[in-house]
Amino acid sequence: MSTAIKIEKLYKEYKLGVIGRGTLYRDLQSWWALRKGKEDPNSLIGSSNSNKIKNHLALKEINLEIEEGQVLGIIGSNGAGKSTLLKILSRVTSPTKGQILLKGRVASLLEVGTGFHPELTGRENIFLNGAINGLSKLEIQNKFDQIVEFAGVKKFLDTPVKRYSSGMHVRLGFAVAAHLDPDILIVDEVLAVGDADFQKKAINKIKEVSSDQKRTVIFVSHNMNSIQKLCDRVIVLSNGTIIKDDTAKNSINFYIGKGSKSERNYGAVKFDNDKRPGGKIVKLLSICTKKENNAECSQFNIDEEINIIVNFQVLLPGYNVCCSLGFNYYNNKNLNKNGSFYVLDDYIKNKWDEENNFKVGNFKTELKIPANLLNEGIYGITVDIFLPPSNLDSSFQVRTRDIIYFDIIDNYKPDSSRGNYPYDWQLGDDGFMIRPMLEVKTSEIINNETDI
Amino acid sequence: MSKDYWTTIIKPSKGYINVNLYELVKYRDLIYLFIKRDFVTFYKQTILGPIWYILQPLLNTIVFTIIFGRLAQIPTDNLPPFLFYMAGNIIWGYFAFCINSTSTTFVKNADIFGKVYFPRITVPISNVIIGLLQFSLQLIFFLCFYIYFVINGLSVNINYSLIFLPFILLHTAIIALGFGLLLSSLTSKYRDLTFVLGFGIQLWMFATPVVYPLSIIPENYVIFSILNPMTSVVESFKFIFFGESSIKLIHIFISVSISISIFFVGLITFYKTEKTFLDTV
Repeated sequence: MSTAIKIEKLYKEYKLGVIGRGTLYRDLQSWWALRKGKEDPNSLIGSSNSNKIKNHLALKEINLEIEEGQVLGIIGSNGAGKSTLLKILSRVTSPTKGQILLKGRVASLLEVGTGFHPELTGRENIFLNGAINGLSKLEIQNKFDQIVEFAGVKKFLDTPVKRYSSGMHVRLGFAVAAHLDPDILIVDEVLAVGDADFQKKAINKIKEVSSDQKRTVIFVSHNMNSIQKLCDRVIVLSNGTIIKDDTAKNSINFYIGKGSKSERNYGAVKFDNDKRPGGKIVKLLSICTKKENNAECSQFNIDEEINIIVNFQVLLPGYNVCCSLGFNYYNNKNLNKNGSFYVLDDYIKNKWDEENNFKVGNFKTELKIPANLLNEGIYGITVDIFLPPSNLDSSFQVRTRDIIYFDIIDNYKPDSSRGNYPYDWQLGDDGFMIRPMLEVKTSEIINNETDI
Repeated sequence: MSKDYWTTIIKPSKGYINVNLYELVKYRDLIYLFIKRDFVTFYKQTILGPIWYILQPLLNTIVFTIIFGRLAQIPTDNLPPFLFYMAGNIIWGYFAFCINSTSTTFVKNADIFGKVYFPRITVPISNVIIGLLQFSLQLIFFLCFYIYFVINGLSVNINYSLIFLPFILLHTAIIALGFGLLLSSLTSKYRDLTFVLGFGIQLWMFATPVVYPLSIIPENYVIFSILNPMTSVVESFKFIFFGESSIKLIHIFISVSISISIFFVGLITFYKTEKTFLDTV
């Protein structure tokens, strides 16, 4: 196997704070003031050292070698440098220091449908988009039928793209990019759009590109599921450096556990108006974890009841709505994921094909997890809201992952399931998700009469 | 492992020109499609459609004829004012279109430039070619009037110099690209320059012998007018059709050398901006 991409000591620096003042007048004004020894009238108020331009290193000494045919996943929280790295790789912006050596043609899918012109027809846009990505007319001609078939827009080929639905837009964009036959394909978060069917199709296509055609793929996503499905190798970026470079499973576990601890949500999450997760019908408003006495809390003793309250908003009438709460368990030793479960709200008590339309308005889902059920560790709560009678996967409106966390701590109380056992409950590397209070009795067998 | 093994090396931007001609040839279809896109979408959802291409210079010419010809009575080297203004108008129109569209290359395409790599220079190149297409339409239109006037007794001194037309157009393109590329780097940083630009081009037109002939400028000041490279373009354009101009060969040489220098300055700035503009928009 030979190397397809070699990144050597790559740095990218951005100027922070005042990046030019946007107008020539202000630039001159600042320059004049500084020359006269006065304070820059355009600096931020209160910043005494405003004359010094502060720099932000978006990438710090990245060294990376990627083999041909490998699917590399990049994960990391927002601002970790993922997009910067991709932008440099796709030559949209250039690095500050260091270099990247590439073998073959790069196609980047930083956003699907870039360069689509709304007035042009689907057919014209396929050619335009292909050409933007460096294909000749002839090459596109040869791929044309495949692209159209993959995108499923045959009927609308001669319709201007501005009349396309957003789904068609995305499908067409992805179809063109996936058929570019690049040696290196860069994919950024595109699978987040489109329905479940399309996502599946897209993931299969990327798989096919990498395994059958021996192409190198770099894939960035916040969706750990797709990352897990696709990638052979995953790196975790944090503050511009690679903090983990391992198999998909190990890196993901590392990331959702330790890597992003500071950015985990605890206690309560309330979404601002424009940031509410959800579709056109249902949007998530907030979620919080509370103690029995209604006090907001994120750390529970093992013998305490946990109350979870989800608020959501129904925006359109005429739908059935069901809320599902999922729990991912990370043991508190190595923070590996050691299990999960989910529950559905009381909608399931209705007959499944019954019409039970929800009104427009705000709704609340409450869940009580009894004390002495879950083991110590960290739990991430996943909220999915979907529209029965369809199943969750095909009709979800809200789909989140580990949107909020809570910790369970073993307080060594003898009235819990621990009793007076004084030692660590978690044995070995694995974690045990539940520690229920069950009746377990041992007694002397009298007269050798066993029950078995 | 030798360096040849790698097909692309991504490095920090350096201030030299790296016009990769091979790459440009590879992307020739893109240039073609850009041209097609902009040419076609220009008149989508308009009433008059492609007629706009010739209506614009026609209306301008009529206005100029009335204001500068009839009211201000500016001499036109003994040529019919209508033809005189129209000639000036279409060649200036070509220049103005090229410089306008080139100077907003980064601002208008920031979205797509931020997502995918292709040689950015393809955008200005396609703009210049679109300008050329528009100009050709307008030239045909102009020739119709020209022939009409000749039939009606206008005596013109038409000669071999017509073969220089392509060079004049090339010269115009070089000036427009030079300034346009330079300005495109500036507008990517200072948005307000785009507003200044429209006004500036208008002023520039009045500083160029478009609505008046070079011959009305006093001898001592002609050299200042020549420092404006568009003077020689407009004057020589009129010369090849009317055989009438006070421009001299030495003037054209001066102006061409100015244009070429500006072109390279513009090109260097453009390539420098291309690599980092995303961080400043």
